[in-house]
Amino acid sequence: MLNELTLATATNADISQNPALRAEDFPVVINDLTVAYRDKAVLQDVDVVIPKGQLCAIIGPNGAGKSTLIKAVLNLIPSAAGTVRIFGKPYVHQRRLVGYVPQRTSVDWDFPTTALDVVMMGAYGRLGWVKRPGKHERELAMHCLAQLGMADYADRQISQLSGGQQQRVFLARALVQDAELYLMDEPFVGVDALTEKAIIALLQALRARGKTVVCVHHDLDSAPDYFDWLVLLNVRLIAAGPFSSTFTSDNLHKTYGGSMKSAIRHIQHFEDEHRKLSTAN
Amino acid sequence: MSIFTELFTDYTLRNVALGSALLGVVSGVLGCFAVLRRQGLIGDALAHAALPGICIAYLLTGAKTPLVLMLGAAVSGWIGVWALLRLVQHTRIKEDAALGIVLSAFFGFGILLLTFISRRNDANQAGLDKYLFGQAATLTTGDVEAMAVLGMIALVLVAVFFKELKILAFDSEFAASLGFNTHAINLLLTTLIVVAIVIGLRTVGVVLMAAMLIGPAVAARQWTNKLSVMCALAALFGALAGVSGALISISESRLPTGPMVILSMTVIAAFSVFFAPARGLVWEWVQLARHRAQLRRGLAAGK
Repeated sequence: MLNELTLATATNADISQNPALRAEDFPVVINDLTVAYRDKAVLQDVDVVIPKGQLCAIIGPNGAGKSTLIKAVLNLIPSAAGTVRIFGKPYVHQRRLVGYVPQRTSVDWDFPTTALDVVMMGAYGRLGWVKRPGKHERELAMHCLAQLGMADYADRQISQLSGGQQQRVFLARALVQDAELYLMDEPFVGVDALTEKAIIALLQALRARGKTVVCVHHDLDSAPDYFDWLVLLNVRLIAAGPFSSTFTSDNLHKTYGGSMKSAIRHIQHFEDEHRKLSTAN
Repeated sequence: MSIFTELFTDYTLRNVALGSALLGVVSGVLGCFAVLRRQGLIGDALAHAALPGICIAYLLTGAKTPLVLMLGAAVSGWIGVWALLRLVQHTRIKEDAALGIVLSAFFGFGILLLTFISRRNDANQAGLDKYLFGQAATLTTGDVEAMAVLGMIALVLVAVFFKELKILAFDSEFAASLGFNTHAINLLLTTLIVVAIVIGLRTVGVVLMAAMLIGPAVAARQWTNKLSVMCALAALFGALAGVSGALISISESRLPTGPMVILSMTVIAAFSVFFAPARGLVWEWVQLARHRAQLRRGLAAGK
């Protein structure tokens, strides 16, 4: 019988060799992934295993390849080497199991459309070519907007939404995809406190339903409160694993280099708290 | 006034009006997607790149058959866009520079061919230079029929693939993650833009054709926040500009049609930019003045 610890600490080699570890329990298995733009490696030999039901943060400095990692998993950019498996199979066979939240700033919010219309785009994948969204898609989209507290804004032109509301529209669109694995690129960047709360509530609800969420994340302060799995990245993989055992000052040193003193302070604070908690238990 | 009664009786006038309306509708609708994708200037490269194609098609066949010249225009326009996209993708040249290179290289070659043809003392060549600035007065029923067939095909394809074109224009990476072949949708869009430009070449000409893609879309965006309405309005504005420009050009001493159409379009676009509710500049100024007055009153009351 497998316990949670075996799942949580499984490596690439374990998954391919140990027949007791089932591919369905691993939403993301990345093997030796290398991505290059022209002659520059953006990601190099990255190995990552993310077990099911985790809220996982991808953390690293600017230019560490965090967004690139997500895009490579989604097959949006070609990889020079390595493989990515989504629940045991290549992404192209598993699209319906994956929801995607791109960076909010990646689109033109002055596009002539409404919040509801954007959210309905989450159903386009299931609809396939030519078929138009109908009553069912409209109701589903309304339901997902409501889940993010945005029901009143359904008919609002998207340029009239605040940054946080735009982010919630993007999250609602991913919910419409009804996926098992959600990949989110910086969902917390530039949002108001209300939106931040709504996103956290959503992430926890998704986890409670056994879904897996992978977020590119910037804020070292909030990360320990939100996530339970961590991938530290700086072109190469620095460390990956359960949050508390991976979020160490040593690992952050390696990720950000020695210069990032403030990062280190955060960690020491976190480690102190962690120690206090463990001793109290 | 007489021109409007003649519109329904005069053979030339009817062709001109129908042809320019068609060109306006098709370029208006496709221009919406081009502009929203921030690819308005691709139309410019494409239109200029069509000129050598027209000349080569004429040199090869020795005749000015409308469909053959249209085909020549489409093929070389396509090659122009292809060269442009390749340059951006495979070199470090930025898009605006690549556009400048492709546009002027193809257009220069086209002018060279045009000069070469005009020096051959070949009576048949007269009128080929009308493709530079357009001449609606020479439209025949055959031209209009060819334009109508091509235009209908383009509009039907837009209607069928509306959802795909919309998601490509709004968020192409998300579309790709859903499994849509964004290269195929992009190819479709570019091909349809080629069709729109080819339809307009005879009337507006290669130099100004891109404005007929951009103008109606910019004007229509001012009046609505819905893509489908924007497409319909752009079609209407395009047709309006096309017909009025063409009629002005043939009623007054045969001015070139292209500039007249574009000037009409500019009037519509300028009016929209200033006076459209909510997005119009005048509206914004009024709002700003109102806020200022309110603030001043508030400050005065505070004292």
